[in-house]
Amino acid sequence: MKLRNLSFALRPQYAALVAVLLINWLLFPGFFNITWQDGRLFGSVIDVLNRGAPVAILAVGMTAVIATKGVDLSVGAVMAIAGAVAATMVTAGFPALLAVAAALAIGLACGLWNGVLVTLLDMQPIIATLVLMVAGRGLAQLVTEGSIVTFADPVLIFIGTGSFLGLPTPVVIALALAVLATLAVRRTALGLMIEAVGVNRSAARFAGISSRVLLIVVYAFAGFCAAVAGLIVAGDIRGADANNAGLWLELDAILAVVIGGTSLLGGRFSIPMSVLGAMIIQAMNTGILISGFSPEFNLVVKSAVIILILVLQSPMAARMVARKPAAPEPAAARRTAR
Amino acid sequence: MQTATTDAGAPVLQARGIGKVFGQHRALDGVDFEARAGEVHALLGENGAGKSTLIKILTGAYQPDEGEVLLNGAPVAFRDPLQAQAQGIGTVYQEVNLLPNRSVAENLFLGHQPTRFGLIRKSVIEARAREVLATYGLEIDVRAELGSYSVAIQQIVAIARAVELSGKVLVLDEPTASLDRNEVQRMFDVVERLKKRGLAIIFITHFLDQVFALSDRVTILRNGRKVGTERLQDVTATDVVRMMLGKDLAFEHHPTGINEGPTGPVRVEFNGLGKAGRVAPFSLKLHEGEVVGVAGLLGSGRTEMARLMFGVDLPDSGQVSVDGKPTTIRNPAQAVAAGFGFCPEDRKLDGIFGDLSVRENIIIALQAKLGWFRALNRDEQDEIAGQYAEALDIRAANHDMPVKLLSGGNQQKVILARWLAIDPSFLILDEPTRGIDVGAHAEIVRTINRLREDGLALLVISSELDEVVAYSNRIVVMRDRELVAELSGEDIAPAVIVKAIAENNTGAA
Repeated sequence: MKLRNLSFALRPQYAALVAVLLINWLLFPGFFNITWQDGRLFGSVIDVLNRGAPVAILAVGMTAVIATKGVDLSVGAVMAIAGAVAATMVTAGFPALLAVAAALAIGLACGLWNGVLVTLLDMQPIIATLVLMVAGRGLAQLVTEGSIVTFADPVLIFIGTGSFLGLPTPVVIALALAVLATLAVRRTALGLMIEAVGVNRSAARFAGISSRVLLIVVYAFAGFCAAVAGLIVAGDIRGADANNAGLWLELDAILAVVIGGTSLLGGRFSIPMSVLGAMIIQAMNTGILISGFSPEFNLVVKSAVIILILVLQSPMAARMVARKPAAPEPAAARRTAR
Repeated sequence: MQTATTDAGAPVLQARGIGKVFGQHRALDGVDFEARAGEVHALLGENGAGKSTLIKILTGAYQPDEGEVLLNGAPVAFRDPLQAQAQGIGTVYQEVNLLPNRSVAENLFLGHQPTRFGLIRKSVIEARAREVLATYGLEIDVRAELGSYSVAIQQIVAIARAVELSGKVLVLDEPTASLDRNEVQRMFDVVERLKKRGLAIIFITHFLDQVFALSDRVTILRNGRKVGTERLQDVTATDVVRMMLGKDLAFEHHPTGINEGPTGPVRVEFNGLGKAGRVAPFSLKLHEGEVVGVAGLLGSGRTEMARLMFGVDLPDSGQVSVDGKPTTIRNPAQAVAAGFGFCPEDRKLDGIFGDLSVRENIIIALQAKLGWFRALNRDEQDEIAGQYAEALDIRAANHDMPVKLLSGGNQQKVILARWLAIDPSFLILDEPTRGIDVGAHAEIVRTINRLREDGLALLVISSELDEVVAYSNRIVVMRDRELVAELSGEDIAPAVIVKAIAENNTGAA
């Protein structure tokens, strides 16, 4: 146990987060200043948490999907659909809570659709979810009839910009979702089943695991998370922008999961580490913005840091750390490997 | 006797003293092989005998660690299959490795199209393709997509391509596995034509009757060594099966004292279970405290039978009853719920969760049976894993290490532990001792005997006749996807089993 805790503390993600925060602080000495104002906390760090919340929420759902050796490219589009549904409903006079419930239900339905394509039709996840990634944005535009639907509903605005217990609402939602999801997978056998299906779906079947039901649940959950993130983004800008809401965020979510150490090949996963990954990404984004560099640097710096983290996570790095001389492999073994 | 008269020409492709080692595992040891012009030379052996390794060395996919390969008497060292192909050795695999969405003609000449000024001459290609295929008795529209033709025709096109490219040696790696009877005959006609043209043909298959129908000589491998090369007119199917399974001609029956037959009440009964194209309907009863051995050659339907029983494949006929009650088994989850366990033949593919820990690998089936919400906590997991690891003597530094780091024998024991943890009533073991070392081998056999004493019903599939004979109360024999014999008492002897496996093939010779 002791050893496990030690290796936990030495994970490269922590080092990366600390390094990013440190650089932010060097570039912008006021980075860690936090003030209390109007009953809530303000400051750059709070900003990172707040801005990173949507991706963190997506990453929670994405972690489960990727752990099953899948991927969900549609979450960005599902965000747009959820926002569009909620915004259209409140402007049409429906109660806000009903609009929120409808948006969440739509997200769940989108996830179910993905799950059905992946399991019952046995499509490759990347293709199955690509369908909704493309079609979803169209659906969202149909809902909003091609315009940006703005609203002044206090409930939706609270979800996007309000505060709860001194923290921005998105942060509270993300935190609650991450904690609940972690408990749900670790206090039940779900986590183990997800890992088993991700490591070896055939063996999971032989061991009596109903991987179809499991996969459908996992994709439905990812759709639900996307709907939550969509509500936050819509509430933040007080409107539903079918074209831009959640645009490319699926990639950030995948990135967050990978930075968090969950392999795209499925298997072992950690929801808290994925959330941490989302925060690393957002800390970089915010750092570049507040330090006065032009935003164009953002993508380049982001890629550099990500490559660094991935190299640190790789088996090659582990070998180098262990200072084990690389054994010469036989030619045949090299050919079959990978 | 095999060299008295040569009804074929000079040796074209020869292998001398071939040895190949993968890590700790010796795949081939001092194997000699020769293919002569104008002969069909069958290569036989059970899984892991070294057939595919030898073929890969002959076709340049692997380089031998020992020995040499000679082509027309001169030593050659192929860097890769392309070079082997260029020098005259063409290979056709079970799955057609061509482009289904291009025309037959294009497929025939892909990569070496006749060109003029760098441009492909389509009309010339098509004319040539018609010409070439006519020599194979194939008159089809060469402009049509290859994929629009049956697998048999695609196979013949693949053969034609290999012969056109290479022209000295043709390796057929299980070419008939996915063909029906008429198609097999058509394929045989093609092979006969090529034989007359003087090609040396190496034929790999699991179907003994096809070996006898088509081949002139047979080389049998077992555990990486050559057992012998025989002219097929000099041997019977029984001889060949004996050689494949490693039986001496003078083996005898060892009374084991456990062959009295069923003892307890019926545990599971399969009645007319079958699936078209996989296994002909079979009926089998297994009693408490009984081991039923399944014998048969590779591809005889042994594994398919087990998969139907466990719901991995969906049967299209038959009923199952457990302890006298009719039970529906349409997927493995239902089988597990009914108290079935299945240690699959391919441990790595269907059994082991490589990245998960030993502990998780042991408790996973029990957890699946309990459902998502009755999670075993860490202490319960540790206890169950510890208990079965000790009972089966699983040697792991700790139970949190990934199971993939364990040896093959220990991995097999982990899967066995996984099933014992659900307290099964019926356990299927498919080749439980394959690919594990001798020590672990004996332990697995002891475990099987112990489980029988504990009152389990066991179905054990094995190619090791000595083993099956040692632990089985009854033995069923599979041949050509059909349950053809049920042996008990005095009949549980390698000689009887070999005969049952080979029976109808003798006539085909």
